[in-house]
Amino acid sequence: MLRYILMRILATIPVMGVVALFVFLMLRLAPGDPAAVIAGDYATTEDVARIREQLGLNESIPVQFMKWTVSLAQGDLGTSIFTNLPVTTLIAQRIEPTMLLALTTIVFAVLVAVPLGTLAAWKSGSLVDRFVMLFSVGGFSVPVFVLGYMLIYVLAMWLKWLPVQGYKSPFEHGALMFVRHIALPTLTLSVIFIALIARMTRASVMEALQEDYIRTARAKGQSELRILLRHALRNAAVPIVTVIGIGIALLIGGVVVTESVYNVPGLGRLVLDAVLARDYPIIQGLILFFSFVYIVINLLIDLSYALLDPRIRY
Amino acid sequence: MAAARDATPDVSPVESAAADRRHPTLVQLLLRNRGVFWGGALLLVMVLLAVFGPLLTHNPMALNPIQRLKPPSAEIWFGTDFLGRDVFARVVHGGRISLVVGLAVALVAVSLGLVLGMVAGYIRTLDAVIMRVMDGLMAIPGILLAIALISLSGATLWTVVIAIVIPEIPRVVRLVRSVVLTVRGEPYVEAAIAVGTRLPLILGRHILPNTIAPLIVQATYICGSAMLTESILGFLGAGIPPEIPSWGNIMSEGRTYFQISPWIIFYPGVALAITVLAVNVVGDGLRDTLDPRIARKM
Repeated sequence: MLRYILMRILATIPVMGVVALFVFLMLRLAPGDPAAVIAGDYATTEDVARIREQLGLNESIPVQFMKWTVSLAQGDLGTSIFTNLPVTTLIAQRIEPTMLLALTTIVFAVLVAVPLGTLAAWKSGSLVDRFVMLFSVGGFSVPVFVLGYMLIYVLAMWLKWLPVQGYKSPFEHGALMFVRHIALPTLTLSVIFIALIARMTRASVMEALQEDYIRTARAKGQSELRILLRHALRNAAVPIVTVIGIGIALLIGGVVVTESVYNVPGLGRLVLDAVLARDYPIIQGLILFFSFVYIVINLLIDLSYALLDPRIRY
Repeated sequence: MAAARDATPDVSPVESAAADRRHPTLVQLLLRNRGVFWGGALLLVMVLLAVFGPLLTHNPMALNPIQRLKPPSAEIWFGTDFLGRDVFARVVHGGRISLVVGLAVALVAVSLGLVLGMVAGYIRTLDAVIMRVMDGLMAIPGILLAIALISLSGATLWTVVIAIVIPEIPRVVRLVRSVVLTVRGEPYVEAAIAVGTRLPLILGRHILPNTIAPLIVQATYICGSAMLTESILGFLGAGIPPEIPSWGNIMSEGRTYFQISPWIIFYPGVALAITVLAVNVVGDGLRDTLDPRIARKM
């Protein structure tokens, strides 16, 4: 077991290496002088030279890569061109809303999608099942931001139940204010996630319900609820958890858009501000950061299989 | 021509009808699927609107400052935007861009993924390298990658297409590779190798045809998600140049006025959702018909 965990952790290193190499080459292989692109149309020659110096573009590419990887390994994601702050500091300043939004979304989506998917599988072909399937196709067809604006229109502007935009930290403004402000972004971001998880839950619970042990459980007179929870859902857990891991990529993309719609000052806004200012080190650092999060979460999910399914041994 | 006519056997209409009932052609089989039929019909409407609509509407760029932010009415169906431009005309024009991007991304991603997947599946030494690169690429959030690529190389229609293609490639490669790995163990491929068939022929005649059905299904999903990504990039102001009326760009301009004129976001949003929904429904239908094994699992 320990050996397996170690092997899996080691296996993430080449993947992170590829991510780093890709992000590194993106700037260097871009057409034209990257320093000039970053400096923008109104930059002076000195500005371009300063940026080139700051990005270390004057050295040979292998030397640049070596230096860059070494500082990355030390946890240095680079320095912002315009604010001159380390990218790690900027991430630390903005991470709270993003992390909380991601958390509330995952929790809400799982709480809604797993029961919904299980119910759809149990009553396959029923109205609930049809609704779940319709929702899962529809959820993948509406862009996150359109959904966001429609929810704002109905729930905030029309019914006036929730505030239109903004973010209130639970640590400064209390839990109630936080929940009121995070409710709409969470709802918006959850839809595609619910579609994804409900669909997978339905499929894998349906498959589990075909198994012999379900018939055995029914034969010995176990209650349907217990059969669904203890026998079917438990055995369907691995693919459901896997799809949640894959969905993290979706979530990261969605967070950027959702934060922009609801004016949440998180990492997504940091990226967009950086794009407008052409502050490339921030973009680069955030791509690395998000990829790292994705890899670590999927590693943890891989390792959780043994807990979810005692048949899996390493 | 004469040879072709000679080649068709003399079959009476009755017999050919009977043959139809026994062995429906692929097209008939596909159209029998409700998803393919209705999704396809809806998609056809959107395509026709995008192709011929712009010939019939007002100029989508025409400014009319007196008619700024007018709500939808009998004359101006979708209302006007903050420069008095006709939102209906802009939405109809925007359809072209979304469909072109969706189609282009699907074609490029599938062709590149097919080549890489075949190589990875058939050449052991390259397999590990290609798959590690794909793993890495999959870990990078697609939208961020696209934003970064576009901001570095300048926004044009084609940089947007390429930026959307790159994150889509790993999934195609994995799909093709898994098909190749399954098929190369089949007896007919082993037989072909045994009688000394050359590699290009094995790939072309035996492996390639097996990848087509799952690739078509995958291509429709890629097309749908590419249209969504394009609109998101446009909305964030990181997509196709803002003067081109793509659905994402129209909605991006409508943001500021959302509270007073929600129709600027509403109509392109609905158009986009309908188009993507049609594509996804067709994809589900194709999957059910072409690939029954996966269909049963989902």
